[in-house]
Formats: sequence, structure tokens, C-alpha cells
Amino acid sequence: MKATTLRQGGWRYFPFLLPALLLSAAVVLVPGILTVLAALTDWDGVSAPVWNGFENFRDLAADFTFWRALFNNIQWGIIFLTVPIALALLVASLLRTRRRSYAVYQVIFLLPYVLSPIANASIWGNMIFDPISGVVGFLQRHGVPLVDPLGRVDSALYAVASVDIWHFWGYLTVVYFAAMRQVPADQLEAAYLEGAGPWQIFRYITLPNIAPTVALMFVLTTIFSFLTFDYVYLMTGGGPARATELLSTLAYGFAFRTFEVGKAAAVALCMSLFGLLAACAYTFMSRASLRR
Amino acid sequence: MKRFHHRFGHAAGDGFLFLMGLVSVAPLLLVVVNAFKPHAAIVTDPLSLPTSFALTNFRSAWVGGQFSAGLINSLLLTGTTVLVTVAFAALAAFPLARRRIAAWKLVSIYFLCSVTVPIQLFLFPLYFIYARLGLVGNVFATAFIVAAINLPLAVLLLRTYVIGIPSELDDAAHMDGASPWQTFWHVIAPLMRPGMVTVAVIVAMNAWNEFLITSTFQQGSTGFTLTLGYRALTGVMAADRGIMMAGACIIVLPIVVLFLLLQRLFLEGMTAGAVKG
Repeated sequence: MKATTLRQGGWRYFPFLLPALLLSAAVVLVPGILTVLAALTDWDGVSAPVWNGFENFRDLAADFTFWRALFNNIQWGIIFLTVPIALALLVASLLRTRRRSYAVYQVIFLLPYVLSPIANASIWGNMIFDPISGVVGFLQRHGVPLVDPLGRVDSALYAVASVDIWHFWGYLTVVYFAAMRQVPADQLEAAYLEGAGPWQIFRYITLPNIAPTVALMFVLTTIFSFLTFDYVYLMTGGGPARATELLSTLAYGFAFRTFEVGKAAAVALCMSLFGLLAACAYTFMSRASLRR
Repeated sequence: MKRFHHRFGHAAGDGFLFLMGLVSVAPLLLVVVNAFKPHAAIVTDPLSLPTSFALTNFRSAWVGGQFSAGLINSLLLTGTTVLVTVAFAALAAFPLARRRIAAWKLVSIYFLCSVTVPIQLFLFPLYFIYARLGLVGNVFATAFIVAAINLPLAVLLLRTYVIGIPSELDDAAHMDGASPWQTFWHVIAPLMRPGMVTVAVIVAMNAWNEFLITSTFQQGSTGFTLTLGYRALTGVMAADRGIMMAGACIIVLPIVVLFLLLQRLFLEGMTAGAVKG
């Protein structure tokens, strides 16, 4: 009853939503719809677009580079769903038993996350991976059998991924740690008194309690591994020989290097499709927050 | 015996934490150390300590990367983005939290979905629209894009802040004849301030570090932000790693100082959207 009377004056509240909705529509929604249309055209971005149906998609399906990029994206996703998540869960559990030093460690682990990708990519590229001026080159000259990690086809993807993980894992750790601190202390105490070991406590007390957060970060990581752009573009630009090409760098190249905007839009749609499945899961999982 | 195991486990844990801390910080220490060294000394041994603390590398980086202009652009971009995001999100959060509008659920789901929308989904048409309108290189126009990207999460975070404010307060204001705007301005907004500060800090960090949007829309060196100026430095000074590292020091310093001063806000903002009770 009360809710309905309040909603009767709903139009008076609409102006509050207007700025946010207009901004989002102008930047995200309308250009997003234009992308769907552009994917069905032959367009260089300047002259008038020409309808060509599904030709862009047919071209992509026949393009080895597209499949290479998709495969790299999947590989990237698998790496990100295992290494940083395992590392973050381990370190967050360790932090739980550090009553004083946890605050210092949190700040240290987050430091790479707050720095700009341009700076991080330049630091790793110039000072660590570089075969002349980097630590890798230095070790090489002193007899350690290391090769140029970014320059080799078989190691470039892992080298870039390790920099992105270095920058990202601290964030995951802090999120997991925050969730773990909400685990009721009496449950932990009871398990400890019953003689449970650290692994048992983690498996049967901590993990079930933080499961919603773990699941949410799993979904977000899946989405973002399909959208990864910065580190790859900055460190290798997709090379050498397409070894680190991802869907995002491929689309960017189509749009701004070869001016095949229709094709770029088609790749963007494919990316979005993969992301969409995960995004549905995210929306579904977050819907509980709307009930409050 | 169990006690021994426990102690041993704890020490091993300490060792591992220390190791991970070192991994996080070591590359940054490498930057500071090499920022003070001439290129030749870096090539001989990137791990050696500098012999002098002359600021020549920093001066070359500042001039070569056009950091004076970049700093102004970065501040304008970050300031505009924060202002637009926080203002628009705070306004939208109010009716969404109080369910004053029948479509509150639809709008909330729209923002929930757009948190994870890939930038590439709207980037290409948007660029060519901006190009036609002559907005490429305009810091303020670019700031609106960065704001739109940060908006959904800001709306959702501030919405939960408003939910935390007892609705009896706005009911009372309503009884006293306050209009929705007066209720928002005099009752809700002041109580929302801690949430707005947290959101502002996170948005500022995102805007300062932004790469994909700024590198696409701020083309031409007059529009370069600090980070883009640094990237251009790679083309001019890439041969000299000392200058590169001095430049890296300059662009990361503001954010590191801010992070160390406002740790709690950073942590709060980063975990707010992710930790589910």
C-alpha cells in the first residue's frame, strides 16, 4: 500500500535518472547497436557503409588469424582461471593468521594493481624481459640459458600473461581476504578445537563461507579474460607472428590499422557473445543484491 | 610434534608471503634504481646501485615526454571523469535505492549488465562519430566516455549506500513538504558523502591509468595525457633506459603517494562490489 502511494509520484523522480541514462545511452547503448549494424556492412569508417550481409563473419570463419586469436583467448582464460585464483586463495588464507602484518602485505600486493598498464608494461619490457637492458639479458650474459621471452613464439603469450597476473593477483587476494574476514570466528575456533588441520579448515569452513565471492570473481575473471587488451597491445602488439594475438587486439587492428571497421565490429560481436554468457551468470548472481 | 608442525607451517607461510611481497615490489625497485643511472651502466648491470642521484634523466624524460602538457591533460581528464561519474551516479542511486520509479528494476538490471560490456562493443562506431563531430583530442569529450564506462559500477555501489540510510529520514522530509530534490540535496546527499568519496577515489585511479580509450581518442601530441606522453617517449628515447625509468617514476609517483595515503578508501572501493555476504 505504502509502496504504491510512493510510486504514484514516480515521474518526479525520473529527472534523477536522466543524466546517467543519457550518458550511458550516448556512449554505450547507441554505439553498441551501431556495432551490430556495422558488422553487417563493408565500412572503412569514413565513406558510406555498404550492406554485405554476413560476409564479414564468413571471412572471419575462413581466417586462420581469427581462430588463432580465439584459441589464444581460451588459453589466456584458462591461465587466469587457475594461476591467480589459486595463488590468491593461498595467500589470503595465510594473511588470515597474520594479525599484525596483514595490513602491510595487503598494500604491497596491491601496489602493482594501482599502477598504469603503460608503466607496468614498460617496466617489465625494458627492465626485465629485454635481452639487452633487462635482467633476462644480464642473466643470459652470466651463463643462465634464458632467451628473449617476448620475442619467441612459444613463450610470448606466457610472458605477457605473467605480467598481467603480476599486476592482477593482488586485487584478487584482497577481495578474497575481505570475504574470509567475514567467516564467523566461532566456526573456525570450533574446527580448530576439534583438531582440524589448515587444509581441512580451508576446505570445510572457509571455502563454503566465501563461495559466493569465489564464484563471482570466477565469472568476472572469465569475462575480463575475453576482453584483455592493454598488456598484450602494449607489450607485443599481438606478435611475434600472431603468437599473442587476442580477439581484442585483432579487432583493434582491423578498425585502426587496415580500416576494415565492419570486420572489427564482427570480431567485437564475437567477443561480446563469449562475454555475454559469463555476463548473464554475473547478472544472475548479483540479482540478489536488487532484492534488498 | 603437532606444535612443531604448526610452527614449521607458520614459518613456511611467512617465507612465502615475504617472497610474494618481493615479487610485487622488486620490479618497482628496479625502476627507482635505474632511473638514476646512465644507459651504459644499465646495460652492463641492471641490478647495480646508482653512483649518483643526479636528476638529469628526470629532466630529459619531463621534456622529451612533454609532461607539462600531459600533466594538465591528465588532471583535466581525471577531474572531469570523477565529477561526472560521481554526480550522475549519486543522482541515479537515489530513486533506484528507494524504488521511487516503477522501472527501477529494469534500470538496475541495465546497469548491472553494462558493468561487463566490452569496450570494443561500442568503441569503433563511437570513434568515427567523435571524428565526424571533431571531438577527437578533446579531453572533456574523452572524459565523458571514461565516465560512462565507470558509471554502472558507481551507480550500483552508491545504491547500496543509499539503502543503508534509513528511509524514515526521507519519509519525514516528505511529511514536512520537502520536494524530491530537496530531500536528495539536504538529507540523502550529505549522508552519502563517504560512499561518494570512495567511488571518487576508485574512478580517479581508473581515469588516471586509462589506456584504451585515451590512446584512441587523445591522438595528436597536444591531447596527450601523462601516460600517453610517456608512451610517446618510447619512440624518442627508447634507446635510453635510464630516461625511460625516470619517466616511469614520474607517472607512477602521484598514484603511489595517493594509494599510500588513502589505503583504506582504495581497499573499501575495490572490495565493495566484489564481496558478497
